Amino acid sequence: MSVADWEPVIGLEVHCQLGTATKMFCGCAYRFGAPANALVCPTCLGLPGSLPAPNRRAVELAVRVGLALGAKIAAVTKFDRKHYFYPDLPKGYQISQFDKPITYDGRLELAFTGSGKSVGIVRAHLEEDAGKNVHEEGGPHSLVDLNRCGVPLLEIVSAPDLRSSKEAYDYLTELKLLLKTLEVSECDMEKGSLRCDVNVSVRKKGAERFGVRCEIKNLNSFKAVERAIDFEVARQVAVLEADGAIHEETRLWDDEKGETRLMRRKESSPDYRYFPDPDLPPFTVDPAWVERIRAATPESPTAKLARYVGALGLSDYDARVLIQDPETCRYFEETARLSGDAKAAANWVTSELFGLMKGGIALSEVKVRPQHLAELIALIKDGTLNVRSARDVLAKQYENPRPAKEYVAELGLTQVSDRADLAAMMKKALDANPKAVADLKAGKEKAAGAIVGAVMRETKGRANPALLNEILAELLKATP
Amino acid sequence: MPSSTAVEIAKAVQSGARSAVDVVSERLAAIEKIDGRLGAFLGVDRNAALAEAREADRRVKEGERLPLAGVPVAIKDNLCCVGYACTCGSRMLETWRPPYDATVVARLKAAGAVVIGKTNLDEFAMGSSCENSAYKPTRNPWDLARTPGGSSGGSAAAVAAALAPLALGSDTGGSIRQPAAFSGVVGFKPTYGRVSRYGLVAFASSLDQIGPFARTVEDAALCTRIIAGRDERDATSADQPLDDLVAELKTPVRGLTIGLPDEYFGDAVDDDVKAAVTSAAKALEKAGVQSVRVKLPHTPYAIPVYYIVATAEASSNLARFDGVHYGRRAKGAADVGALFAESRREGFGAEVRRRILLGTYCLSSGYYDAYYDRALRVRSLIARDFSLAFGQCDAVLCPVTPTPAFKIGEKSDDPLKMYLSDVLTGACNLAGLPGLTVPCGFATRDGAKLPVGAQLIGPRWSESLLFRLGRAIEASAGVVDVASPLAEEVR
Repeated sequence: MSVADWEPVIGLEVHCQLGTATKMFCGCAYRFGAPANALVCPTCLGLPGSLPAPNRRAVELAVRVGLALGAKIAAVTKFDRKHYFYPDLPKGYQISQFDKPITYDGRLELAFTGSGKSVGIVRAHLEEDAGKNVHEEGGPHSLVDLNRCGVPLLEIVSAPDLRSSKEAYDYLTELKLLLKTLEVSECDMEKGSLRCDVNVSVRKKGAERFGVRCEIKNLNSFKAVERAIDFEVARQVAVLEADGAIHEETRLWDDEKGETRLMRRKESSPDYRYFPDPDLPPFTVDPAWVERIRAATPESPTAKLARYVGALGLSDYDARVLIQDPETCRYFEETARLSGDAKAAANWVTSELFGLMKGGIALSEVKVRPQHLAELIALIKDGTLNVRSARDVLAKQYENPRPAKEYVAELGLTQVSDRADLAAMMKKALDANPKAVADLKAGKEKAAGAIVGAVMRETKGRANPALLNEILAELLKATP
Repeated sequence: MPSSTAVEIAKAVQSGARSAVDVVSERLAAIEKIDGRLGAFLGVDRNAALAEAREADRRVKEGERLPLAGVPVAIKDNLCCVGYACTCGSRMLETWRPPYDATVVARLKAAGAVVIGKTNLDEFAMGSSCENSAYKPTRNPWDLARTPGGSSGGSAAAVAAALAPLALGSDTGGSIRQPAAFSGVVGFKPTYGRVSRYGLVAFASSLDQIGPFARTVEDAALCTRIIAGRDERDATSADQPLDDLVAELKTPVRGLTIGLPDEYFGDAVDDDVKAAVTSAAKALEKAGVQSVRVKLPHTPYAIPVYYIVATAEASSNLARFDGVHYGRRAKGAADVGALFAESRREGFGAEVRRRILLGTYCLSSGYYDAYYDRALRVRSLIARDFSLAFGQCDAVLCPVTPTPAFKIGEKSDDPLKMYLSDVLTGACNLAGLPGLTVPCGFATRDGAKLPVGAQLIGPRWSESLLFRLGRAIEASAGVVDVASPLAEEVR
């Protein structure tokens, strides 16, 4: 017996912060990294007498995700209170959804990342985030930062359909791409806008019944999810093969040690005493509203890929690079629209512009805008610039986004396309290189490099390369 | 001759005949004189009240029309009011000062009213006598040996003793109507959703509603009109049209029908209380209101259902008092779990702890269906009783309490006996209906002349109708013309 005789059964619970302008139940904005307790009001502080008022936009974003997952949208939904005592939970309960989640019963296809497997989505429900406890290094106090309190979360619960750590990793990658493309969440694990808990059990291959599962918390990266599953599967198999029993329990992942360890057994897990929040009446989700949300939902990653490769003629590789980020897509599509050349637009965005962006700068902060790129593409097409000069202009624009034509004039970059001038220079080069001429006549095409290079040097790199090749062929033909 | 009403004061201040500062100074002096014996107030800030009065005078001078110009109002101490601690009658919140005004307080201030102080209550509004206050009992202005009722006993006593013409209370199972009856004043619990609860420290969110105490029906109608209306901060507040409640008082009641529910006139109700309420029905008949007998068969379940729903919600609402963020914090706790437990043990009184335990039990895994869920189902039957009754009548008329005000200490050792004093008021909250207490007569106990109240319960949003019927009872009962002995001292 070995690990190979066992089948892992894995389900994931993903929490993503919804990118709404205000929190779930009050008018406060939220920003990661703001000074502690600066983004709060009586409601998100849970002060006596304060009341929650639901954020319609958060409900819309949840419906948007539900629709993209092909899930059912609840006709009537409600909020419930989940009780536990913890210093970062100022009301002593979290407002969540218990038995009537906003959306349920959907599927996520691993179209981008994996096998194409279809993973069941049990439900996705809305809830409010808690604050954060900050433990003073070596100090006697723990501090509480309540900025994050009340930020809307969507908890997406998968069915136990995943069978390996790789599949779990692919599922997360796929889900993150979907959530980003739908523009519902930043999905940045480092900033806590995406979090994940894992349920793992194992069963003998071929067995029908699931084994006893353990929940793993404290997973800070997709890589950690993968490692934690591998560790946990091995642990459970070892226990079972030694005739031991797995207990239903919650375990914590220790990323440094690379192991999970017991946090609490099921018997000691808190009784959350869920009950409908009497401050928030149940509400109906009007089908007409759902249709409006559907109409306003951004294109899914798969639809976008099909369009980029099909209608726009991009390579599969370029299309996938672009699709990683909605802002990049918008930037690319605008460049493509203005230049009328999607392929060139994709190339200039993903190779040239990305090449200049360093130090984690976001595309939205880059001063070069789509109209700049479109202008460069146009200048190449009309022969004013060759690619090499265009690159130089872009580098200048990256620092100071003046119109390309100004740089072209200032730096004297206009491409030399005068046939007579170029032919004269070419003749001179041929005369100076009899060996290269002989090689060329003998069919050694590589020898052309020396001739073309000489003309390029003379024009400071501005010669029209296509024209040069043409002239060279003509001159060779004419030479006996 | 009793003291001025809110309507009279507002008229005088608006016209310039009196200044708000004069009105407020006079009531502050009255508080100074008798509240040591009465115990209605937990917090009075003389300077703040006078500053607010000056502000009202300034606004009047600048030509603003203020429906409550210079009217002193007393605020139950579970409503947030900037500048005052909001103790909720509890050690837990002894020093907690809210950074915001409750919506009702803000609306009263905008209308020109002046907050004159915060009034005593049973801790977190849990009680029927004001004896559960962590600070002091409030006494009944008609007989200082008796309770003014509760939980809004301080507000009821303040109005009955003429320390303020208006006061706000909160009513979860009768906490406005019962003390109004005991204290001989008008008390109104609006339809659930009529008044924003934002800034009311929650006891049982699905039952709580804020409402006024006043000496006259007209004052209560005016105050209701000002505090009512949709508030986007309270998702349970309704966007429901509201008549001009004061102007509507002039619409005759002739042709209306009231229902007298058999279940509310049973053996548990004292004969002279029944007689006073029956006389109110007779007065209405004289005004052209027909009366019919109706049945509210699920009435016996109101108390058990109420004590499940209310304690369940309370156990949740009071979870936030954990000693971490504000309020009482136990010293020297070994760890965070101990900090929670010890802070709550120190901060909460016995009745609050009892209800938290009851509610926690009702919501616990394995008991939820048997208690909370079943209670909700019976709750809907109680509401249906009323809907059916309103097929036969426009409003129900019944007693508010089985007895007149009881003595301090009489029931305080027996929680169940105390719970039963809500027997005639709890159903109204469970059904979310508006309920009005109007004084309708007197009963004598141990030589003391004690007021008796009649209760009018109407369909949802029937505020205007209840005030019109109440006004008709008030006109014939004559209680409004009699001042309590304590009010006599300060008129």
